[in-house]
Amino acid sequence: MLLNLELRREPSRSMLYLTPVIAVLLTMIVGAIVFTLIGYDGPGAVREIFLTPVLDTNYWQDLGVKAAPLILIAIGLSVGFRANVWNIGAEGQYIFGALAGTGVALATWGMEGWWILPLMCLAGVIGGMVYAAIPAFLRTRLRVNEILTSLMMTYVAIQLLNYLMRGPWKDPEGFNFPQSRLFTESQTLPYFGDTIVHLGVPLAFLLAIVAWFVMAKSVFGFQIRVVGAAPHAARYGGFNANTTVWMSLLIGGGFAGLAGIFETAGPYGQMVPQFPTGYGFTAIIVAFLGRLQPLGIILAGIILAISYVGGEIAQTTIGLPNAATGIFQAMMLFFLLATDILVRYRLRIVTPAKLERAS
Amino acid sequence: MSKSSKYRLELQGVTKQFPGVLANDQVSFAVQPGEIHALLGENGAGKSTLVKMIYGVMQPDAGSIVWNGEKVHVANPKAARKMGIGMVFQHFSLFEAMTVLENIALGMDGGMSQSELETKIRQVLQHYDLTLDPHRVVSTLSVGERQRIEIVRALLLEPELLIMDEPTSVLTPQEVAQLFDTLRKLSARGCSILYISHKLHEIKELCDGATILRGGQVVGECNPRQETSTSMAEMMIGGNLKQIEKGDSREFGDAKFVVDGLSVEGEGDFGVTLNDISFTVRAGEIFGIAGVAGNGQNELLLALGGEVRASVADTIKLDGKPLGTLGTSLRRYFGLCAVPEERNGHGAVPDFSLSDNAVLTARNRQDMVRWGIINAKTATGYASSVIEEFSVKATGPSATAGSLSGGNLQKFIMGREIMQVPEVLIVSQPTWGVDAGAAAAIHQALVDLADNGSAIVLISQDLDELLAIADELAVINEGSLSKTMSVADASIDEIGLLMGGVHGDPVATEKQTEKRHVA
Repeated sequence: MLLNLELRREPSRSMLYLTPVIAVLLTMIVGAIVFTLIGYDGPGAVREIFLTPVLDTNYWQDLGVKAAPLILIAIGLSVGFRANVWNIGAEGQYIFGALAGTGVALATWGMEGWWILPLMCLAGVIGGMVYAAIPAFLRTRLRVNEILTSLMMTYVAIQLLNYLMRGPWKDPEGFNFPQSRLFTESQTLPYFGDTIVHLGVPLAFLLAIVAWFVMAKSVFGFQIRVVGAAPHAARYGGFNANTTVWMSLLIGGGFAGLAGIFETAGPYGQMVPQFPTGYGFTAIIVAFLGRLQPLGIILAGIILAISYVGGEIAQTTIGLPNAATGIFQAMMLFFLLATDILVRYRLRIVTPAKLERAS
Repeated sequence: MSKSSKYRLELQGVTKQFPGVLANDQVSFAVQPGEIHALLGENGAGKSTLVKMIYGVMQPDAGSIVWNGEKVHVANPKAARKMGIGMVFQHFSLFEAMTVLENIALGMDGGMSQSELETKIRQVLQHYDLTLDPHRVVSTLSVGERQRIEIVRALLLEPELLIMDEPTSVLTPQEVAQLFDTLRKLSARGCSILYISHKLHEIKELCDGATILRGGQVVGECNPRQETSTSMAEMMIGGNLKQIEKGDSREFGDAKFVVDGLSVEGEGDFGVTLNDISFTVRAGEIFGIAGVAGNGQNELLLALGGEVRASVADTIKLDGKPLGTLGTSLRRYFGLCAVPEERNGHGAVPDFSLSDNAVLTARNRQDMVRWGIINAKTATGYASSVIEEFSVKATGPSATAGSLSGGNLQKFIMGREIMQVPEVLIVSQPTWGVDAGAAAAIHQALVDLADNGSAIVLISQDLDELLAIADELAVINEGSLSKTMSVADASIDEIGLLMGGVHGDPVATEKQTEKRHVA
């Protein structure tokens, strides 16, 4: 018996939606085996990471809070990815946007007014865009690959954050800790009742739905899709490739920057050097797991949030190392990319008899 | 045994199945020694699959191949060459930067020294009166000369059967005549030739027998000399061939589309630079641009359609409006539509539905967009009417463009542009790789559009197509356009010479070769 990959005449639609599910299932199975082999309670780890956060309603707030920035960033990235613009520096744009918003917060510190928070959010968006504009400029003017530039810019942003936290933006009343002042009430996002759910969470979901509408129905969404699917046809249809690169990167940067300031003005309530937690990179997994479709991204964002929350639970209950979360997330992306071949190919079992006849 | 041994090659019930398609179904035919036998059929009829099995590239699922009276198993092309089967493919496998001799040496199965090989090559050249300098670098040769390298490569093995796959599609008329001379000489010396083509008049001129394939099956055998082109075409497409209705006394209006001194720098390493192109198309006129592939046809289409902009607005004018510096969207707004040669990925997005492909170019002229939002209903409606008007075989507007056959997708693309009623339509190779039925429909649509007063620019490598429907004609060669000729009194010889530049002319080629030897 032999396994044979056979090209499908048309990409399979059902496989397109089924492979993310297969990838998650494979992650669970292989994860259980791997952690058993290295001496942990493998099935227990999978249960704690993937099931406990869903079954125990107490964790649902955490899921929303973790999913919101992932969804926001992934939505922005998916626009570029669909146009074959590979912005993998969302982490840097996330940090830079957060810093721009923090700058506004520090400048308005002690003031009051309804306008401060929107202004911070606007600064966050613009900060992210400005940071993404650098790879856009380099790509369109000098044909420098945006994969390299956007990634490298991330590390510049981290250094900038460290400098600001230890230098100019250090809290004067903070006992010399490297962190900014605590934001005032007019500078933090409102919360829903006693929960930890802030305004950024529903906004993230709302923006995902808006993005779905724009991508599915507008000429802009059409342009992004054509440029990604067939660049020559896009030029023939009257869509400029450079404009598309600029728009993709600006949107990606803008969403990442917004997610950044939501995190600062939400859960953190100030800026700290520990701010970068890799959301910008995890969002790449979210975008692909969600098939680059806004509604799929909501679902994928929740799944990745489950792995974050579940990872923390597993740390306390069965002593799984922190890195386990990263391993599970990486496996998910790996299996997704691996099973993606089933969209264009079908797996066939070939019997030796048939082979003989063919030769 | 004695009966079959009088044939050089005999196929008995050869069948080949691909996933979803039966490429060859019980194909049987025979070729005599020295016979020039045509394998005739439309694109997708199974000709290529069949010869690939004879040449050992693929193996049949059922049936047998009989070679000189013996049932054989052709394991691979090397085995085929050893048996005495040579093949010249439609697409050449030559290294541009190497000389003729080096290229031939690379393709030889057995080891042979360069000087030995050169002597043998010169013998073959002399034997068949072929002109080719073994020391010329391939990149300096015309397409006809490149084909000669492939032929020499096959002849060095002294084949008993030579398979020629669509050999004339890239040749000028003069080059075709030279090729036919060579093939006749070969046949006179006893070598059988299997000649694959869909060009009927060539088959009538050259071949002794013909096997006609349709949908993978043999639908007829005939002696081409006793058939008319129409009767063979009808066997090939399995129906009546529609004649193109084109009025004899066509009236032309004023100059509608004027290109004046258009020069565009070639893109990338292999782009052709367009050099001072000028021509005028009147309302109701079809203006043909002939030429051998790669002489700037692509660049011209891009420059006329607006995908590549000119630096001076006045170089392209539609009804006096300068369009040279505008992009495709604005040119479409002013009534200039274009259809590129490549269907998949240029004229249409294969992964998109037909209605999305309608949005690609018809969104503004057909009012599909309000406030930046696409009206899906209008797009679907337009796609449906294109499908209906142009009899596109598709499951509906939601079918992906990639799921359509070449001819049907081309009909859809042509329909999408024509139904926008453009003032000027630029088309490149509209019937390339398209079956005869679809080609006739496309030609008729172009003629009808012109009758309604549009100006049409038809860029094509198919001279028959140009002579059939164009009113005026010019030839593009290395990015320059010749003077305009009226099709009615153009001479094929002159067009052929313009197409090949100096290359096509055997005397001139010889002179160049001599020059090199002196130097």
